[in-house]
Amino acid sequence: MTKKLTSCQIGEKVRVYSFLMNEHKSKRLMDMGLIPGTIVEITRIAPFGDPVAIKVKGFQMSFRKQEAEEVLVKGLNE
Amino acid sequence: MGVYALAGNPNAGKTSLFNLLTGTRQHVGNWPGVTVEKKTGTMKNNASVHIVDLPGIYSLSPFSIEERVASQFFIEEKIDKLINIVDASNIERNLYFTVQLLEFGKPMVMALNMMDVAKAYGIKIDVNELQKKLGIPIVPMMVRKGKGYQQFIDVLEKPQNATKFQLYYGLEIEQAITRLEGLFQRQASLKGQNSRWLALQLLEENAVVEALIQDKSINEQIHHLKNTIKEKLGHSAAQLIREQRYEWISQLLERVMIVETTSQKTWTEKIDRVLTHKYLGIPLFFFFMFLTFQVTFAWVGAPLQDLLDGWFSGPLSEGTTITLTALGAEDWLVKLIVDGIIGGVGGVLVFVPQIFILFLIISFLEDSGYMARAAFIMDKAMAKIGLNGKAFIPMVVGFGCNVPGVMSARTMEQEKERLITILLSPFMSCSARLAVYALFTSIFFKQYQSVVVFSLYLLGIVLAILLGLIFKRFLLTEEESLFVIELPPYRVPMIRSLLLNTWDKGKNFIKKAGTIIFSMAVLLWFLANFNLSGMTENMNDSLLAAIGNLIAPIFAPLGFGTWQAGVGLISGFMAKEIVVATLAVVYGTGTEASLPQVIQTMFTPVSAYAFMVFVLLYTPCMATLVVMKKETGSWKWPLISIGYSFFTAWILAFIIYQVGSILI
Repeated sequence: MTKKLTSCQIGEKVRVYSFLMNEHKSKRLMDMGLIPGTIVEITRIAPFGDPVAIKVKGFQMSFRKQEAEEVLVKGLNE
Repeated sequence: MGVYALAGNPNAGKTSLFNLLTGTRQHVGNWPGVTVEKKTGTMKNNASVHIVDLPGIYSLSPFSIEERVASQFFIEEKIDKLINIVDASNIERNLYFTVQLLEFGKPMVMALNMMDVAKAYGIKIDVNELQKKLGIPIVPMMVRKGKGYQQFIDVLEKPQNATKFQLYYGLEIEQAITRLEGLFQRQASLKGQNSRWLALQLLEENAVVEALIQDKSINEQIHHLKNTIKEKLGHSAAQLIREQRYEWISQLLERVMIVETTSQKTWTEKIDRVLTHKYLGIPLFFFFMFLTFQVTFAWVGAPLQDLLDGWFSGPLSEGTTITLTALGAEDWLVKLIVDGIIGGVGGVLVFVPQIFILFLIISFLEDSGYMARAAFIMDKAMAKIGLNGKAFIPMVVGFGCNVPGVMSARTMEQEKERLITILLSPFMSCSARLAVYALFTSIFFKQYQSVVVFSLYLLGIVLAILLGLIFKRFLLTEEESLFVIELPPYRVPMIRSLLLNTWDKGKNFIKKAGTIIFSMAVLLWFLANFNLSGMTENMNDSLLAAIGNLIAPIFAPLGFGTWQAGVGLISGFMAKEIVVATLAVVYGTGTEASLPQVIQTMFTPVSAYAFMVFVLLYTPCMATLVVMKKETGSWKWPLISIGYSFFTAWILAFIIYQVGSILI
């Protein structure tokens, strides 16, 4: 079952499945390593509740919830 | 001999390597068409090699202007060798960019940087094996400490063949590549380009490369090929190519890298837990900002300024007067040098300590990794005024100087957000204006100096927010916003690189004092001591007074309708610190009293505050306007900026003076 990245708990490890956003945006995320099949984890949420920080391929990056809503993920064993 | 291009991800240590290779043989210019700073230099040990420092980027598929500049460079310039700097502690993502460089097919050398950090993270890399797999020489380095330099130079100097690197992208994409390569052969305009690289960049929709293809039938073919791939494989070529590259890299790393978990890596997490904490994060952020001002103005900067000021107006002025008189110099020449030049230039130079301290703190925030966290914390608030967290960095840099502030807006991907950032950043009170505040607060608000200065900075920020809300309504229509930023690990900045950075940013201030401010001081002195009938004893009869009197009525309702203030503000248009130099010349000449003593008789605390507010907000200086023109591509926005900032400044200073006069 796929779910949105935003519905993951902080610290929960999941696998990127696909993107719902337009390709202009998803290309940028993929360039930075957020590739379908990659393990990703939300590490923290900014004090005002947005954006989120994620850990992917050993480094941390951040984008907004609006984009995180459009990243579909799956559990590691699915 | 030749042109070597230095390329790599942001935060990989590219600037440090550039400094290491070129030393002081650097030249800073602009990329054609845009003001993205272009740094070139010749190598320390071989002056015939030119190194071009490309912007730090993640991909050759352009997203920001910096990436567009880099892509353009790859297409248009003759590159003899590529130098790829890779952060060993973040090797997977760094190698993604490396693959794109390898595909470009030029001789290439890799500096595998931050081996010490990688080791601390428990990362072990088999450099020999990596070298074999990539087909290029790799030198392990610790650039910040200068380690590996000699070995790197030796490798760099060896003649090398072009890389023959090719990834297999699967049957469908390979067929499309072959098809496109065939089409390119008939295009004279594509002669000399690597056709496989071109084909790949076109399939993944690199906008810069797309602009290269004028032939309509080829464009139709590309469109058709991309559609076929998407229909057959269910994903776009752009996605499949990226997946394939990362897949290849992770297989490669399985063979050449071992990671043992250590406790080192959790340091960043621990610090982040506090600095980006839900409740503590924002108060801490404001605390750091306040601390910055305290250190700059109250604790370190101001005492140094007093010392320097004492030396300029005391020993230096007196000594020069005595020496010149003893040499038999004419009276007017002594006055020109002491009152005009030492008074004017010195009046500006006394702020050097404060300005350098401010730049030092900004460099520290950048190098330590906190600046990215500030963007992370502030993004939501910035979004409310139509900006994103990244706009925060140009704003903070703007506190040092608006020129690099406006320029650093180019990391922002969306055009409209970038435009708003550029328009708002002059409201960030730069260090030149600080010279004016420091002068006036030390006279009228001695006990509350840092609080008063802080209030001015805050006023600028509040106005930027209000105007941001207005711009957002008029400018941001349907364009979607995107905020993507890397949060690099925290690092203890190296003293050496901090000092280098600070010097880089601050030297312009000294240079300006020696050139434009020097000439303005001389010019002002002449205008202040002469009129059409010759030299005058009474400055009120001078040419300068005549000019100032013309515009003084405009400022009368604001509490500073004197010709001296008027002249100060006109000259401040050149550079805002000239306001101080001008006041020093017009108030300092021909009297025994010191500048602060004269100012005390010409202003009241209320009119002084109104004057400072006016200086904060009125028209950006020439340099900022010129950069604005370059960054936005037309004089439209700088002219609008002149108009609305003058208007805002007048209204606010008017309110402050009128209301303040009633209250006090």
